[in-house]
Amino acid sequence: MSNENPNNWPLWEVFIQSKRGLDHKHVGSLHAADAKMAVENARDVYTRRNEGNSIWVVLADNIHASKPEDQGAFFDPADDKVYRHPTFYPMPEGVKYI
Amino acid sequence: MAKDQQEALFQQRVDDEQKIEPRDWMPDEYRKTLIRQISQHAHSEVVGMLPEGNWITRAPSLRRKTVLLAKVQDEAGHGLYLYSAAETLGVSREQLIDQLLSGKAKYSSIFNYPTLTWADIGAIGWLVDGAAIMNQVMLTRTSYGPYARAMVRICKEESFHQRQGYEILMTLCKGTPEQKAMAQDALDRWWWPSLMMFGPSDKDSPHSAQSMKWKIKRQSNDELRQVFIDRTVHQAEYLGLKVPDPKLKWNEQTQHYDWGEIDWTEFNEVIRGNGPCNRDRMAARRKAHADGAWVREAALAYAGKQAKKKAA
Repeated sequence: MSNENPNNWPLWEVFIQSKRGLDHKHVGSLHAADAKMAVENARDVYTRRNEGNSIWVVLADNIHASKPEDQGAFFDPADDKVYRHPTFYPMPEGVKYI
Repeated sequence: MAKDQQEALFQQRVDDEQKIEPRDWMPDEYRKTLIRQISQHAHSEVVGMLPEGNWITRAPSLRRKTVLLAKVQDEAGHGLYLYSAAETLGVSREQLIDQLLSGKAKYSSIFNYPTLTWADIGAIGWLVDGAAIMNQVMLTRTSYGPYARAMVRICKEESFHQRQGYEILMTLCKGTPEQKAMAQDALDRWWWPSLMMFGPSDKDSPHSAQSMKWKIKRQSNDELRQVFIDRTVHQAEYLGLKVPDPKLKWNEQTQHYDWGEIDWTEFNEVIRGNGPCNRDRMAARRKAHADGAWVREAALAYAGKQAKKKAA
């Protein structure tokens, strides 16, 4: 959501990587004056029990999303392409490791 | 799409146990109910820091002080998770805080009772957090995605709160007769207010049916209250403490405890602002907010300067 009053700290979305090798996952948001403060506050509120290995923060205003009301048409191109899935290709009984 | 069609689609999604996400269409009343409920919940976490904060400097040992400090920090974090969830519904943090400070928004009535002795800190962890957990575990399955996810996070942290409280009372109950009397006194004062935390009785809770249909709530106030009593009585027995309800009795037939009647006049009075500490709590929150104003301004000014420097 956008931050209507410029006298308030902007809203940041927080992403945490819980372990090396895993992806960063959205965990919530917080308000902070700048990126450094956002990262430090995210550490204090979202990783008090070693939940985090790495933190990303992104200004909420910089996130652009698809529209749920167009969801059907938007994701439609993937609907009729069953040939992208391995189950589309029947394999003979005796053939292994494929 | 026509509104009734959207509404049907929404309800279908709820019935199918799919979560509702921030950008999905939702009935105005669903949004309003959630903003009210989530923000009340957030305010409760924040105001809930006050009665316990009262004992941080007077905790009886360094271990107790460290633990209490960690617990109060958690409450601040829980407040943030909840404000963050409420903000996804299109309300700003500033509006939410204004509603609390102006007295327009409510918070859990339990935090308007005073913490008179150290045993109260034990009773709060055991009973107040215990009752909150019952409600919050249910809410991990609430239909609104961000609220449900905040609850999962909170529930992971909450069980330590209840245990540390019970441990405080265990220690007091194994101590001197005076210490045990202190524990009993705390139970006497916190038992009924804790039962009130589950809200009005189902028959007097007009919004409950709609909230159940939308799966914001999944269990009724009275159901949760009964489970809490059934679980807690044994824990009191272990401590050797007496639950202050002369009508409390195990019922073989229902396999639940029968129990007395909540003083709803007291409940309504505290909600209306006439509890023992309502004015104190609000005064403390307003002062904290006003005292922090210069920090918020300074941080923003500093960030602005840094950004300019970087751009230059």
